[in-house]
Amino acid sequence: MTSNGKPKFAMYWAASCGGCEIAVLNIDEKILDVDANFDVVFWPVAMDAKYKDVEAMEDGSILLTLFNGAIRNEENEHIAKLLRKKSQILVAFGSCATEGCMPALANLTPIEEVVETYYSTISTDNPQNIHPQPVYKAPEGEITIPKLYPIVRTLDQVVDVDYYMPGCPPESHQIAAVIDLVIDVLQGKAVLPPKGSTIGAGGSTVCDDCPRKRDVKRIREFKRIQDVMLDPEICILEQGVICSGPATRNGCGALCPKAGSPCIGCYGPAEGVLDYGARLLTSVASVIDSNDPEEIERIIDGIPDPAGMFYRFNLGGSLLRASKAAWAK
Amino acid sequence: MQRITIDPITRLEGHGKIEIFLDEQGNVANSYFQIPELRGFERFCVGRQVEEIPILTNRICGVCPEAHHMAGAKAVDAVYHVDPPRTAKMLRELLYSAFYVTDHTTHFYALAGPDFIMGPDAPVAERNILGVIHKVGLEIGGKVIQARKYGHTVVEMIGGRKVHPCTSIPGGLTKGITEEQRQQIEEMGRWAIDFALFSLKLFDEIVLKNSTYLDLILGDIYTHRTYYIGLVDENNKVNFYDGKVSVVDPEGNRIGKYAPNEYTEWIAEHVEPWTYLKFPYLKKVGWKGFVDGKDSGVYIATPLSRLNASDGMATPRAQEEYEKFYQTLGGKPVHQRLATHWARLIELLYAAERWVELATDPEITSDNFRTIPTEKPTEGVGIVEAPRGTLTHHYWTDERGIATRVNLIVGTTNNYAAIQMSTNKAARNLIKGGNVNEALLNMVEMAFRAYDPCFGCATHTLPGKMPLEVIIRDANGEPIRELKQNL
Repeated sequence: MTSNGKPKFAMYWAASCGGCEIAVLNIDEKILDVDANFDVVFWPVAMDAKYKDVEAMEDGSILLTLFNGAIRNEENEHIAKLLRKKSQILVAFGSCATEGCMPALANLTPIEEVVETYYSTISTDNPQNIHPQPVYKAPEGEITIPKLYPIVRTLDQVVDVDYYMPGCPPESHQIAAVIDLVIDVLQGKAVLPPKGSTIGAGGSTVCDDCPRKRDVKRIREFKRIQDVMLDPEICILEQGVICSGPATRNGCGALCPKAGSPCIGCYGPAEGVLDYGARLLTSVASVIDSNDPEEIERIIDGIPDPAGMFYRFNLGGSLLRASKAAWAK
Repeated sequence: MQRITIDPITRLEGHGKIEIFLDEQGNVANSYFQIPELRGFERFCVGRQVEEIPILTNRICGVCPEAHHMAGAKAVDAVYHVDPPRTAKMLRELLYSAFYVTDHTTHFYALAGPDFIMGPDAPVAERNILGVIHKVGLEIGGKVIQARKYGHTVVEMIGGRKVHPCTSIPGGLTKGITEEQRQQIEEMGRWAIDFALFSLKLFDEIVLKNSTYLDLILGDIYTHRTYYIGLVDENNKVNFYDGKVSVVDPEGNRIGKYAPNEYTEWIAEHVEPWTYLKFPYLKKVGWKGFVDGKDSGVYIATPLSRLNASDGMATPRAQEEYEKFYQTLGGKPVHQRLATHWARLIELLYAAERWVELATDPEITSDNFRTIPTEKPTEGVGIVEAPRGTLTHHYWTDERGIATRVNLIVGTTNNYAAIQMSTNKAARNLIKGGNVNEALLNMVEMAFRAYDPCFGCATHTLPGKMPLEVIIRDANGEPIRELKQNL
């Protein structure tokens, strides 16, 4: 508790895009509830606070920290550890923190290759093949930038996490609901869910929220979205376009399928699913209408990028986490 | 040698850092504006189904995913050699216009406006959105929230989601809009025009009628004579979604226009060993270091540069403001970076007018929003104007439409060399004989705030308000004085 008697709240971004912050700002007037019930001590996007101030706080003095972004470099890890120490409740907030999101697709490649690609693109003029280094000796003195890690990690691969809030970004109405819950807990009207729970999301799959009709229809060919006029009433997967709905936790309200696009899986694995990609692969396999191994192979060839398709958001948090080549470093 | 570190990293993350070195006399010897982050989309988008890349690259920046989604959509159209129906193009541009209203509003009121409305020398505690609301009235705060809300509503109606839209695919969109939605969109757009006019009036009253501010805008400290680029339509009017990129020299002469697939003839990127971000420059002029002038390939891509690179605005009221802009500031091109804030409001008005134009087009509710590609995918470039600069996406694929190479030149990156130069110039002007005054903090901050740098695109920081910590060190590296702002 602080001098004003309100519990402390913090929000932080590591390797992320800023979309989680925008989603929080999109709760509009609910922000006032946060302000009324919490002492916002640290939130780089919304207010001014200082790194040293956080270091100076007593351990465990922040009640609630929402941490978004993945762990890409040494600085991300440093701040994750600091906020863990200072926070009673640490929430992995959004896809990057919970499961690595798209930046973790870089884990398919050794980091040197990621760096080399960026500094050798068609428009790059780099005859000496310069790759920026963590320490640079400028003529006037030494200057530094943080070192990139070989693989992208999720928050719970670096520190102990209390709760997980999925989504890319988490939907604003879900954020508002979580804030209401925490306020109720503070007022003694509710209790916190067990440690390790997923909050701000549903307990089933996107399919359960999707209004499209399912007939358990089977298919003999996978199609790409640009090659087919999708029927707006029928299950997208049953029309042959891969939809991540069956493996993905609900909570968004099936936004993408309602807008004519397949679910891309941003809410992460459904409750009880150990490995997202394995689950999605199983769901996809179950709609294939053939028992002939050769035909099945032909049908599966219609999925030219299984790694990107099945682990789009989840590679960092999956059982695989990274390719052998990236791990080798 | 003395060293001054202006280090936003103390705001808990490597968003950018300025190192300033002083010589023996205590004057600025050199400075380095460092960007400490690299996520590597150019590599991990390779191997993906190309139609996914407009969705993957949304995650470059949660502040302007709409820009990446649009540049990506145009790139995948080009990869498949497919021309989307008119309705699809209009819907994309409608989404994009509404997004621009939201984005420019946020920047002006929350990030840049406080410098003018409160004054550049106002106490730090007042130079924020709350200070602005306090000074000009609570009603404005409500309007700003409303503008953001309306913009996001249109983005969700057309793009499927408020953040990270998902509906653009090769050949068009996955959905259209209903007549009921169209009416709502039109109504919100008409409100947005009034809001933009109100904002320009506010700027006129508070800034232009104040000779101190006008002098600040017209003064030398924020002036750089560089090249300017910006997307224009066939009449050389500013366009955010489509057209060719116009390039003008520091004297205002158009030296050419390039189509998206010609960008590598015009733009190249320089690499420095002390920062992760690259420095784009005009290839035809060449990289001459961090200097301005006609012989240096440094250019900018901002609201100011878009006005400089064009012959006007395509909508009537924005055109009137465009003319007033150049009359007031002494003709084209305008080199004073602080004029960017005014230019941004003129673009806000254009975006709102364009929003209504598109929302009232009889074909906007047509069901003809898709063309199915029939040709084999190969290679394609898509360019749009992101609010913070020309955004280029370039994809190559194999015959199955799997990405084999990806190149991205994002909004803020275009301005990196100029930002480095502007902060350097501000520092050189303010630090003499080892003396640093409190004004340095805000003057340096104002130097790069004009560019609305979004290192969310370059890295992942929200635009605008940069925290600064200036540490002055003696020759032994011991800190002798600290100044802080936004920390």
